[in-house]
Amino acid sequence: MANDKIRNFCIIAHIDHGKSTLADRILELTETVAVRDMEDQLLDNMDIERERGITIKARAVRLKYTAKDGEDYIFNLIDTPGHVDFNYEVSRSLAACEGAILVVDASQGIEAQTLANTYLAIEHDLEVVPVVNKIDLPSADPERVCAEVENVIGIPAMDAPRISAKLGTNVEEVLERIVTDIPAPQGDPEKPLKALIFDSYYDSYKGVIIYVRVKEGRVKVGDNIRLMATGAVFTVVEAGCMDADSLVNNGVLEAGEVGYIAASIKSIGDTQVGDTVTDNDRPCDEPLPGYRQVNPMVFSGIYPADGAKYGDLRDALEKLQLNDASLSFEPETSIALGFGFRCGFLGLLHMEIIQERLEREYNLDLVTTAPSVIYKVTFTNGEVKYIDNPTNYPDPALISLAEEPVVKASILSPSEYVGNIMELCQDRRGVFKDMQYLDDTRVELHYELPLNEIVYDFFDVLKSRTKGYASFDYELLGYAPSKLVKLDILLNGEIVDALSFIIHADKAYARARKIAEKLKENIPRQLFEVPIQAAIGGKIIARETVKAVRKDVLAKCYGGDITRKKKLLEKQKEGKKRMRQLGTVEVPQEAFMSVLKLDS
Amino acid sequence: MNTPLHGGLGIYIHVPFCAVKCGYCSFCSVGWNSAKAEGYVQAVLRNIRDCSDTSRPADTVYFGGGTPSLLRPEQIAEITGELRRCFAVTDDAEITLEANPNTLSPERLHGYLEAGINRLSVGVQSLDDEELRLLGRKHTAERAEKAVRDAAEAGFTNISCDLMLALPGQSPETAERSVDRLAELPIQHISSYLLKVEDGTPFHSSGMEERLPDDDKTAELYLRAVRRLESHGFMQYEISNFAREGYESRHNNRYWLCEDYIGIGPSAHSCCGGKRYAVPPDVDLFISSPVQATEITDEAPCSPEEMTMLALRLKSGLDLRRVESIRSGIEKKIPALVSAGLCVFDGENLSLTPEGFLVSNSVIAHLI
Repeated sequence: MANDKIRNFCIIAHIDHGKSTLADRILELTETVAVRDMEDQLLDNMDIERERGITIKARAVRLKYTAKDGEDYIFNLIDTPGHVDFNYEVSRSLAACEGAILVVDASQGIEAQTLANTYLAIEHDLEVVPVVNKIDLPSADPERVCAEVENVIGIPAMDAPRISAKLGTNVEEVLERIVTDIPAPQGDPEKPLKALIFDSYYDSYKGVIIYVRVKEGRVKVGDNIRLMATGAVFTVVEAGCMDADSLVNNGVLEAGEVGYIAASIKSIGDTQVGDTVTDNDRPCDEPLPGYRQVNPMVFSGIYPADGAKYGDLRDALEKLQLNDASLSFEPETSIALGFGFRCGFLGLLHMEIIQERLEREYNLDLVTTAPSVIYKVTFTNGEVKYIDNPTNYPDPALISLAEEPVVKASILSPSEYVGNIMELCQDRRGVFKDMQYLDDTRVELHYELPLNEIVYDFFDVLKSRTKGYASFDYELLGYAPSKLVKLDILLNGEIVDALSFIIHADKAYARARKIAEKLKENIPRQLFEVPIQAAIGGKIIARETVKAVRKDVLAKCYGGDITRKKKLLEKQKEGKKRMRQLGTVEVPQEAFMSVLKLDS
Repeated sequence: MNTPLHGGLGIYIHVPFCAVKCGYCSFCSVGWNSAKAEGYVQAVLRNIRDCSDTSRPADTVYFGGGTPSLLRPEQIAEITGELRRCFAVTDDAEITLEANPNTLSPERLHGYLEAGINRLSVGVQSLDDEELRLLGRKHTAERAEKAVRDAAEAGFTNISCDLMLALPGQSPETAERSVDRLAELPIQHISSYLLKVEDGTPFHSSGMEERLPDDDKTAELYLRAVRRLESHGFMQYEISNFAREGYESRHNNRYWLCEDYIGIGPSAHSCCGGKRYAVPPDVDLFISSPVQATEITDEAPCSPEEMTMLALRLKSGLDLRRVESIRSGIEKKIPALVSAGLCVFDGENLSLTPEGFLVSNSVIAHLI
């Protein structure tokens, strides 16, 4: 097919602004999916995605559209993840497109996430086509929203299609705009192969399937391809495009096209998003720009609640990693929790998703330690170490400089909440950068915030302090010196390694008190009194006590009937099994989890 | 290895009749019906003959219920007579009858004495009329006291009274007053239970559980009662039992020492011949069966763990030599328990303190 009949685009939208619904309508209108086969929100096919209304993994689908000009067009719709944790994946998906449909909710206007991704699209020279969705809502104000798009983003928007994806109103206008406004792809099929990997997943029959945008040249079955960043070489077994529900092996992909390649690739580690695929026998001069290794930003220990499930947890992590190269893990041992894994995540959402998938899809009961960021420690002897596990935090006497990662955060909110937001950011050690009014009622604030202040619960608190209206986005700035201390929690005088964490000295007292209180709430009274202490170095800075239990459930043993007594005892022993035994202290799983969510 | 210490035998007879069922009671009992009671007595006699055993001394007999004192003295005499024919009941056997104060007329008391009953356990429960009303008891404190005095006058020299603790609204002071009034009676033994609301009882469905004192208050009530009882000379010998010296219930002790006992009657339990049995809690089934149905509840009782669990109900405690196979595991945990004031240990014998009795489940779960 001639390139001028191809349109490669993605959809940018804030959570709940209707991206997936619009994608569904487009799929229907292009008759890619028969209406009777439609499952709501086809592209988000993980349960978690549907429930949370977010897209975690990129996906792509090829659509055929007969435009009003009478010509047939091929649309390649690339669905992008919608969360800051997956920023890099988003940028690679954008790099595979020539255009982006910007979906804005007609009543809510632009959100931080949309803004960030739109800027990203503009940076990648994408043609942005604004679309105002949800015009069927009583509170819809499309004129105001269009004006906002013009003011804030600086692209013409007054003639943007006003649609209701839910009802299907004006969706065809969007399809026409794709044809008329988004440029056709460039690229010469005769040049050496140069294709961008924007996603990959593991198929148990075909191995790793990579999703590519061919920028130059062509790739066909039997070719030897080289993945330039990793250097791995494979022979192409299939090359083709993605239908809504299957892969179609056309045998070849050419410049301008979006499609997939299967090449009996065993490990997803070989196929990194952003890497360039070239022909091993006739390679291109240089890879496509923008590739970088994705590094985890947030770390946490994941342990099976039942130690016997360690092997199951390892298998599950390995399987998840097949589809998620950004998940890293290595074995670690905790005195308190036994054998588990130190896992690295792109961000907090990524962490929650992995945990949730482990629990749901693999039926595992987990205990998770407090998330930690990577601290940079310069020792007195000049050595520099990166510490992602509080347990390994060195003795303060050996540290000449401690640094923590800092992010540039942008928050969009109705202006009445500015005070609340500033208070929150101040409280989280934020440094105010600037603030600008988007219009009469909405502001954008910029702060520099330490990453470790936002990995716990920042977004939840921000939401609650702005009645859910604020949106939030961040990018890593770098490292900044910080007064860090390691806070240890002691139960009955023993340090519980799984509860230790690194914190700014000024925050230590307040947090120590809160943790001690939370633990007191969550550790049941037991045979012996349980002193709970929080300490920095050897110095105790907070203390609570779980008083000893004074009375059990007593069993009658009337007439020599000891069955009830035995049952009670068995029940008690069952209960003990669900607890972690730390010395003489029994700690329920919930206690470990409770310290993760201190403000809830 | 698990042979009983004394080689003797105890006999428990469950009498499943009550004039009125108490709201807290989860034991097997049905309304009184004299025809049914007669059928019941015949069934008891058949079963006594069926499990006849004269090879070893039977030194305790216990009529529990229900309300055994609803049976007429002649009916009790029929049963004790059959027991003497079918078992080697010793001359000094302890033969206990549980009695409701309302049933105890002087004539009946004489009759029971003649039937061989030498120990009476009177369901006093409380000597506070308000508390008695709350419990749904149909007697007053005065009536209960009179019944006890009548029993002593009739010639009973071994009388026990039940005292219920941890009632809604009960304070340590009211509990102590009940103890003081009980101690003035001519009795030798007191059983003091904490009220527990069992599933399926009227107390459970009426939400009584929420009105009970909390665990800390209950513990306080119990400890104050224990101290008060001991100050009156009723020494604690078991988690819920107190006696003047020499009046400990031998039958009760048997359960905790893993000695053999045979249970007759609906819901009765037995431990003999190296197994535990239970009779289904079905009064009509018991009456109509030639021999009572039994199901085995434990194929191998009196394991070291079970012995530990049972012996620790007694103030005399557990002689660790009886549980050599798990001794080292237990011994490791003793010092912390002792320093928490829950146990005392003399190097061989481990026993719980009153504070320890209150958390005995936890202590035992910790030990084994």
